Amino acid sequence: MTAATLEAIAKVEKSPGYWSGVLRRIARDPVAMFALCVIVAMILMAVFAPWIAPADPYRGQMLRRLRPIGTAGFPLGTDELGRDMLTRLIYGARLSLMMGVTPVIIAFFIGSAIGITAGYVGGKLNSALMRTIDVFFAFPSVLLAIALSGALGAGIFNGLLSLTIVFIPPIARIAESVTTAVRKIEYVEAARASGASGFTIVRVHVLGNVIGPIFVYATGLISVSLILASGLSFLGLGVKPPEPEWGLMLNTLRNAIYVQPWVAALPGLMIFITSISFNLLSDGLRSAMDLKA
Amino acid sequence: MSVPLVELDNLTVRFHGERTVHAVNGVSFTLKAGETLGILGESGSGKSVTLKTLLRLLPENRTEIGGGVRVDGADILKLEGRALADHRGGTASMIFQDPMLALDPVYTIGEQIAEAVIRHEGVSSAEGMARALDMLTRVRIPSPERRLKAYPHEMSGGMRQRAMIALALACRPKLLLADEPTTALDATVQIQILLLLRDLQREFGMGMIFVTHDIGVAVEVSDRVAVMYAGEIVETGSVRDLIRDPRHPYTKGLLAANLHGAVKGARLHAIPGAPPALAEAPKACSFAPRCPVKVSGCDINRPPSVALGEARQVRCVLAAPAPGA
Amino acid sequence: MSAPLLSVSGLTKHFPLKGGLFGRSTGTVRAVDGITFDVAEGETLGIVGESGCGKSTTARLLVDLITPDSGSIRLGGKEIGPDLSVRDLRRQVQMVFQDSYASLNPRLTMEDAISFGPMVGGMVGHKAVALARDLLARVGLDPARFAGRYPHELSGGQRQRVNIARALAFSPKIVVLDEAVSALDKSVEAQVLNLLADLKAELGLTYIFISHDLNVVRYMSDRVMVMYLGQVAEIGPVEALYSAPAHPYSRALLAAMPSMDPDRRTMEAPLAGDPPNPINPPPGCRFHTRCRLADTVCSGTDPGLYVMPEAGHLAACHIHIPGSGHRDAKSRAGVTA
Repeated sequence: MTAATLEAIAKVEKSPGYWSGVLRRIARDPVAMFALCVIVAMILMAVFAPWIAPADPYRGQMLRRLRPIGTAGFPLGTDELGRDMLTRLIYGARLSLMMGVTPVIIAFFIGSAIGITAGYVGGKLNSALMRTIDVFFAFPSVLLAIALSGALGAGIFNGLLSLTIVFIPPIARIAESVTTAVRKIEYVEAARASGASGFTIVRVHVLGNVIGPIFVYATGLISVSLILASGLSFLGLGVKPPEPEWGLMLNTLRNAIYVQPWVAALPGLMIFITSISFNLLSDGLRSAMDLKA
Repeated sequence: MSVPLVELDNLTVRFHGERTVHAVNGVSFTLKAGETLGILGESGSGKSVTLKTLLRLLPENRTEIGGGVRVDGADILKLEGRALADHRGGTASMIFQDPMLALDPVYTIGEQIAEAVIRHEGVSSAEGMARALDMLTRVRIPSPERRLKAYPHEMSGGMRQRAMIALALACRPKLLLADEPTTALDATVQIQILLLLRDLQREFGMGMIFVTHDIGVAVEVSDRVAVMYAGEIVETGSVRDLIRDPRHPYTKGLLAANLHGAVKGARLHAIPGAPPALAEAPKACSFAPRCPVKVSGCDINRPPSVALGEARQVRCVLAAPAPGA
Repeated sequence: MSAPLLSVSGLTKHFPLKGGLFGRSTGTVRAVDGITFDVAEGETLGIVGESGCGKSTTARLLVDLITPDSGSIRLGGKEIGPDLSVRDLRRQVQMVFQDSYASLNPRLTMEDAISFGPMVGGMVGHKAVALARDLLARVGLDPARFAGRYPHELSGGQRQRVNIARALAFSPKIVVLDEAVSALDKSVEAQVLNLLADLKAELGLTYIFISHDLNVVRYMSDRVMVMYLGQVAEIGPVEALYSAPAHPYSRALLAAMPSMDPDRRTMEAPLAGDPPNPINPPPGCRFHTRCRLADTVCSGTDPGLYVMPEAGHLAACHIHIPGSGHRDAKSRAGVTA
């Protein structure tokens, strides 16, 4: 090496990396930032529930059932068993977020692995994997989730398992199609021409370029997952009473809709706010990741 | 002399977005009826943007257009609604590099041409189809009756290009705008399309503005050529003058880079560097940073457009005849 | 002439065309169909032809991005497969693609892109990075400014310089340039051509230069190969082929070039119609469907490459083969000889 090169090594202008660029762009997106704040607030609420919540989420008094919003001591009223709604909504974030986010995270890893393998290897393996995935894809996700939970039996774990199974096929599909597209781009050909093994090419050249789009898609699925998880609980297939969970709360309060409609709608509102926030964040990520924009 | 068909007066086009781009910076030219002007330039020179302005095809909300644009007596920048629709495809029409942009994949070629004629001229659908058949014959598509019923994807690249030309000329426009229509074609097909356009231009007596990056193509079709660089016309003149006696250093560089008759083994006189990013309007000569014959002052003042004889202009301080000469 | 550096013989690649309900084969694309040619050390072989002629498939076959159906590639006398591993072939034959942006991983910096190959080949990280910076300097890009940059921050010409640097990272003997300057603006193209000429002189490289631009091929090449529908139509020294093309297709290609002279514009297109599709190429001489000189023999018999009187000049046309049965065969052969 020449002295000039050694000197050059010392002072190379580094461009900001891709992900720091994404962060910079998303930080300038007010809608995405707002959505992120909402999500962070929800998470903090879930984590610190015991310290924030004014009351015990399980103890109620039959004497003060279904109080309206604004009642002294119960700012958001009480539910059908006289428990503090505010407390239960705060605690509900724990199970609801867990039921909504965990299946997507697990499905993100499994689905990506299946899809990237199918997409990069191609040929018969691709056909075999993707046709199997298509079988699951043929059912509407709600129906599939209900059927799986029904078969596995109610409970948090079975609910999580069935939702994970529901989200693997769509993620694998997206992963397969972006990988197939990337595989045909010339830089992958150039890497093959340099003698790199399939595993190295996937690690260096494919993964970095496909994980972004898959991740964006997966964040968009969180809202669906939240709603499905609530739906399962609503049907009695997910979380069981008396656990506070928004979907389950919606179910148990459904008779109260004629008495205290605003109180009964509160869990639905929470589901709505959380899921739309994840959607907006996903949209923001999508545009922030677009290099040519 | 009568009113020219096209009159551009100090056209400026600016795009606003995340970054501002000064795409066209004071372009003026005129085109007589029945004349062909070639606009020659590299990517980002503003040649396509200039062309699109003539049809008002640029996105309105983030484009700022200044100067005057007149086609066939009408002020293009003021056209609205029906008048604009009549202008597009009626008075002036455009052909593109990719015919799939101009052709609708879900209608047959015949339907598309007939529809255009019906819309602009209000004729019956039978007459529209008759015109479509006539047009396909004129663009020398073999067995035109059969091709009327063909969908764009059923045709080969050269055929599609011909079909797009037929569509563009169906309403007998006075002005044809060609945006690199032969760039994506194979050499033996390109020359066919160039010859076809040359013939049709004469046959229909229309004015044509042909945008290209290829000097050879410009020479085949144009009467006059305007060379664009960084959103400005740096040199304009008859094809003959421009090829035989280029005056602007950029034109000279482009001609050398075409490698026509380049001596093997000899180093090419490449223009160093790259075109400017056009983040701001040029204050000096845009070519000065790359110019091999730059003199002091080139970086400071915008060079005047020097007229050398009839229809010959060069935007370079060195082109001016020496005082007293 | 000593043994050629690269010797290709009967190279063939057909792609099955899948369609229908269960992916049944509905036809075959005869992308490359039995081509034979040699490349001497230190020379530049230009390959020209229109879309579908198989020039890009040939390039990919040469660097083993596609495995040939039949035929052999010999590098320095050793046959790929039996004598020489694909891994060794790839070190000695590198390729530069047309699309400078798609050729670079958008997530890798320039030095990472260049050092990737050597690191895969077992070079230690810091040495590979140092090599990458040396190569950047060699292709005219200041390492201090460009090593840490990403592809979208560079111009097309700069990216193509990086792609050339990456190809050179293995110290290859042969570089296959597949339309490597075609997407660049003319003024930038000239810079890259100068760079290629410099690198060839410095490093003693051998180029296979694929382009549709006949002016560029003439300037760059020592010999030229004209391809048509997966076959070699003509191959010979550049000046002989350009001044006296023997194959009617070569003649048409040259005649289709814009004249560059406003007083002698092209008045007639040398060929009608589009190049046919390589899916079902015509029998016999593949060019006979568009050839003005075609005779009955042309549609029945494939002429094969025939040695022309001039050294190293071969053409696949019945006209030049005495006794081929073409009406003009004898007379023309007599004239050229």
